[in-house]
Amino acid sequence: MAPVDLGSGTGETLLEVTGLGKRFGGFVALDGIDLTIARGERLGLIGPNGSGKSTLVNCLCGTLHNETGTVIFAGKPLNGLIAHERTRMGLARSFQLPKPFHSMNLIDNIRIPLLYTVNARPGHHMTDAAIAERCEELLTHVNLADKARRRPRDLTQVEMRKLELARAVATQPTLLFADEAMAGLSHSEIEEILAVLMRLNEEGITIVLIEHIMSAVMSFSTRLMVLVAGHKIADGPPQEAIRNPEVERAYLGE
Amino acid sequence: MRNGTFWLVIGAVGLAFIVLTRLFLTNEYFYFAGYVVIEYIVLSTAWNILGGYTGYTNFGTGAFFASGAYSSAVLHKLPALVHSTFGVTMMPIPLPVMILVGGIVSGAMGLGTGYLTLRLRGVFFAIATLALSIVVQTLIVNWDFVGGSRGIYIIRPALAPISGGYIQYLFTLMTILAVIAVGIARSIERSRLGLGLASIRDDELAAEASGVPTLRLKLVATTISGALMGMAGAPLPYYVTYLDPASSFNLAYAVNSVAMPVIGGMTSWIGPVIGSILLGTIQQVATVTISSALNLLIVGVLLILFVIIAPNGIVGLVRSWRRKRDF
Repeated sequence: MAPVDLGSGTGETLLEVTGLGKRFGGFVALDGIDLTIARGERLGLIGPNGSGKSTLVNCLCGTLHNETGTVIFAGKPLNGLIAHERTRMGLARSFQLPKPFHSMNLIDNIRIPLLYTVNARPGHHMTDAAIAERCEELLTHVNLADKARRRPRDLTQVEMRKLELARAVATQPTLLFADEAMAGLSHSEIEEILAVLMRLNEEGITIVLIEHIMSAVMSFSTRLMVLVAGHKIADGPPQEAIRNPEVERAYLGE
Repeated sequence: MRNGTFWLVIGAVGLAFIVLTRLFLTNEYFYFAGYVVIEYIVLSTAWNILGGYTGYTNFGTGAFFASGAYSSAVLHKLPALVHSTFGVTMMPIPLPVMILVGGIVSGAMGLGTGYLTLRLRGVFFAIATLALSIVVQTLIVNWDFVGGSRGIYIIRPALAPISGGYIQYLFTLMTILAVIAVGIARSIERSRLGLGLASIRDDELAAEASGVPTLRLKLVATTISGALMGMAGAPLPYYVTYLDPASSFNLAYAVNSVAMPVIGGMTSWIGPVIGSILLGTIQQVATVTISSALNLLIVGVLLILFVIIAPNGIVGLVRSWRRKRDF
């Protein structure tokens, strides 16, 4: 495990969220969230169940539409853009519950983002051979190359999570949201996923890790943001953030 | 097999089928019954592009099919209308042109309904398409120009443009349509579009997150599917010679075009073809030997059997049998 290097970000702002709010009927899921992410950062996003972590990811990725607030990604406003347009701009995500394309083998699972995101960007055109090579490469990165011709139903939980990550990484993102990529995994499996995420970060991908497993978040993140009941209550270096009295109250009670 | 080769092969199969039947079969009834079976190849293949590849169950086949039929009825009456209003003599419109127009009308309808209904998923989409069928039927019933609820008599041209009777001509056209429909379905299946549609069927959120423009792709699917159904319906007025809403919007079209791909197998182009040949032939034989009322019962029983025993249809059965043999 790489040591925690505080502030590995380059300082250049990649994502800027101001006053983001989302309601479901009368329930306020997110209330005035402000968030700035610098290029190259590893941001940990924690919070109790139902605090709005996944809702925030869904709003940023275009799966849900936030009623208030603005989101600026790489200098461009995202408001009004639908999910696939944001993906093409370089915003990728993995899902909390893996959502593989179950009728296809792993290669085709990876081919979808290559065909529809990478090839859809202006000035990019991968030939069929290049796509096949890249699929192989991406699957090798997550140690799934020997199962390339299998279907997702033949995979174990940890392999399913890796496929989920590989498919997100195939879009060649600049910012990746890993939504509980480690839930339900064993200790060694968590290490495996963390290693994959660390390597992606070293390759230049900014990563937001949404996670319940504190040891994983603490060792991975260069910064920690804490959400409670739709409000941001802490944002800063991980060790400081968890010592914040409000955070302690949220997690441990009065 | 490459796409070009496949088009050549099915083109050859279609041509051989037309030539061989014309050489060896003189019984008019064969063409009359065969036409229906081939019509179902087109309908179920068209249905499968949206239902099988994309995962959206369309119960409105009747609406698209009948729109094609009624657009032909309008075109059929057009020369007389032009003559009586403007005093200009207009040539009768040839059937292939009517088929094209029927395809455009139903394709546009597919695009429109797609835009309105594709936000709905699963059973709600199916209900919306069923409602579409009723809406279009109501419009036709109240449209006097095409006969309203009374229906309209269509007199076939005395001579067919090819040798043989008019029914042989209709049979030939429908066979060509079937070749085109199957060719299109197979090309889609192997293309970037096909992979995109399959990703929508598997998981729409994950498809969006992978950059698939799901709405646009679904609209392409509804448009192609609707257009092919309309083309299958366009020759109907000349086949039945009496077109009325009750029979052209018959629920049997919707039920059969769902049942045939389910029985044949929905993930591949060959499924609907097998399903419609099998089920369509059984229905035609049953109509002659037992009773025409038995048709839907046969469909129902087969559908239940297949859903329970072989949910992936005949194609699925064959594939799992092959896999077992290989191990």
